[in-house]
Amino acid sequence: MKNRYSLFSLIKNAFSYHENWERAWRDPEPKKEYDIIIIGGGGHGLATAYYLAKKHDMKNIAVVEKGWIGGGNTGRNTTIIRSNYLWDASAGLYDHALKIWEGLSQELNYNVMFSQRGVMNLAHNLQDVRDLKRRTHANRLNGIDAVYLNTQQVKKFCPIINTSPDIRYPVLGGTLQKRAGTARHDAVAWGYARGADEMGVDIIQNCEVKGIKRNGDSVEGIETTKGFIKTNKIGVVAAGHSSVIANMAGLKLPLESKPLQALVSEPVKPIIDTVVMSNAVHAYVSQSDKGELVIGAGTDDYVSYSQKGSHDIVEGTLNAILELYPIFSRMRMLRQWGGIVDICPDASPIISKTSIKGLYFNCGWGTGGFKATPGSGDLFAHTIANDEPHKLNAAFNLNRFVSGDLVDEHGAAAVAH
Amino acid sequence: MFIINCPFCGKREQSEFKAGGEAHIVRPKQPTELSDDQWAEYLFMRKNIKGIQFERWNHAHGCRKWFNMVRDTSNDEIKAVYKMGEKPPTK
Repeated sequence: MKNRYSLFSLIKNAFSYHENWERAWRDPEPKKEYDIIIIGGGGHGLATAYYLAKKHDMKNIAVVEKGWIGGGNTGRNTTIIRSNYLWDASAGLYDHALKIWEGLSQELNYNVMFSQRGVMNLAHNLQDVRDLKRRTHANRLNGIDAVYLNTQQVKKFCPIINTSPDIRYPVLGGTLQKRAGTARHDAVAWGYARGADEMGVDIIQNCEVKGIKRNGDSVEGIETTKGFIKTNKIGVVAAGHSSVIANMAGLKLPLESKPLQALVSEPVKPIIDTVVMSNAVHAYVSQSDKGELVIGAGTDDYVSYSQKGSHDIVEGTLNAILELYPIFSRMRMLRQWGGIVDICPDASPIISKTSIKGLYFNCGWGTGGFKATPGSGDLFAHTIANDEPHKLNAAFNLNRFVSGDLVDEHGAAAVAH
Repeated sequence: MFIINCPFCGKREQSEFKAGGEAHIVRPKQPTELSDDQWAEYLFMRKNIKGIQFERWNHAHGCRKWFNMVRDTSNDEIKAVYKMGEKPPTK
C-alpha cells in the first residue's frame, strides 16, 4: 500500500527537504506472460489498466510504452474537457467521462487540477448560429448542461473578446457548458500510473512493440525491444500509431494520422478565466495555471508521423486569435509543437473488438481524446474484460464502417475538438 | 511545411497544395455487385503507412491539376512525383 498524499504527508516530507518521497510507480522488467497487455502508456492506456485492475479484478496486467508514459498526445494536447456533443451516442460517451472527471482527484488521491471553468463555443455566421442552437437543444435533451448566449452575453462572460460587428468574422453568439473546463494533462497520466501500479500493474517504459504474434484468428503475444511477451488479450491504445500496430496484426483501420499543432505563450497575469473555442475561424484559447495562453491550432491535411506540422496552420490560427483578442497582439509565443492524431472518417472514436480474437482497439480519438480519458479507459476495460462492449461504447464499434451506422460528429467537433 | 515539385508548375510551397489521400485505390468496376465489407474497404479503410506512402495531391492554388507523389510520412521527405495515369516508380 502506497502512502497517501495529504497535507500531513507534505509537512512530514518538508522536514527531510522533500528528498524522501517514495516512487510513484515501479520500473519493472517484463514478465514472461500477462493476462492482458495494453499497448500505449498514455492517459487512455493507463486508465484502461487502472480500471481493469480496479473494477474487473484483473491483476496480471502490463502496460508497454515505447517512450515514457504520458509523453505522446497526453502531454501535447490543450487539455480541454467538455461533453456537449450532438448525437446521443457521443453525449453518453463524453458525459460519462465528464462525470468521472468530477471526482477523479479524490479517487486517485492525485490532484489532476480539474477546473470547471466553462467552455464557450463561438458562432460566426448564420449556419454556426443554427448549428449551435440545435446542439444546445440536443445537449439539454440528453441531460448535459448547455446554454446559448447572444453576442452581449458572450462579451459579458469573456470581456476580452472583440465583439465588434466590423471584424471579418463577427461574433454572432455562442454556447456555454459550465461543467466543462480543463485539467492538468501530465497529472492524469501520473495519477492513473500510480493507481494502477499500486494494484500490481506493470508499467514497462522504453519498450517498443515490434510485432504481434498470431495463431490463426487469435493472438499469442507481442514481440518487443525487451523480448517476446506472451498473452492472449491485447488492448491497443496507440493513438497516432494505431494503424502501425494494426498492420503488425494484418488489420487495416479507417484512420488517417495527421499532425495537430498547439502553442503556448509566455506566462502573464490572469486574463482569460474560461476556455473559448471557435471552430469557424479555427482558434481556441485558454490560460494555464502558470499563466501561459494555451492555443490550439489545426491539423495538416496530409498524412504524417513527423510530429511537426506546417507553419501556415499556426499562422492562420494566430490571425484569428488576434482578430478576436486584440489585447494579445504583443504576446510572445514560447513553444510550438505537434502531435500525431488518428482521425476517423466520422470524427468519432473506435472502442471495439476486432475480427481477431483477443485483440481490441481503442483509437480514432482524432483531435479530441484528452477529454474522454477516464471514460475511455473505463469502457475499454469493460470491453476487454467481458469481451463485449458496454452499452455506452456499443455504437463506437469497428463494424459501423461496414453497416454505415456512423456517428458523424464533424458538426459538433469540426476541426477543433 | 515542405516544397513540392509540381509536375506542371515546378517547385512551390506545400501550402499551395491540397492532399488527396492514399493513391491507387481503384474505383469498383461493378459497384452494384460489391458486398458491404468491400464497400467499407473501398470507402474507409486506409493503409495510413508510417514510411513510404503513395498519395494523390492537387495543386489547389496553382494549376489545379491532380498528380501522384511518393513520400516518406515519417519525415515528410518527398521521394518522387509523377502524373496521373503514369506507373508508380518501383525503386
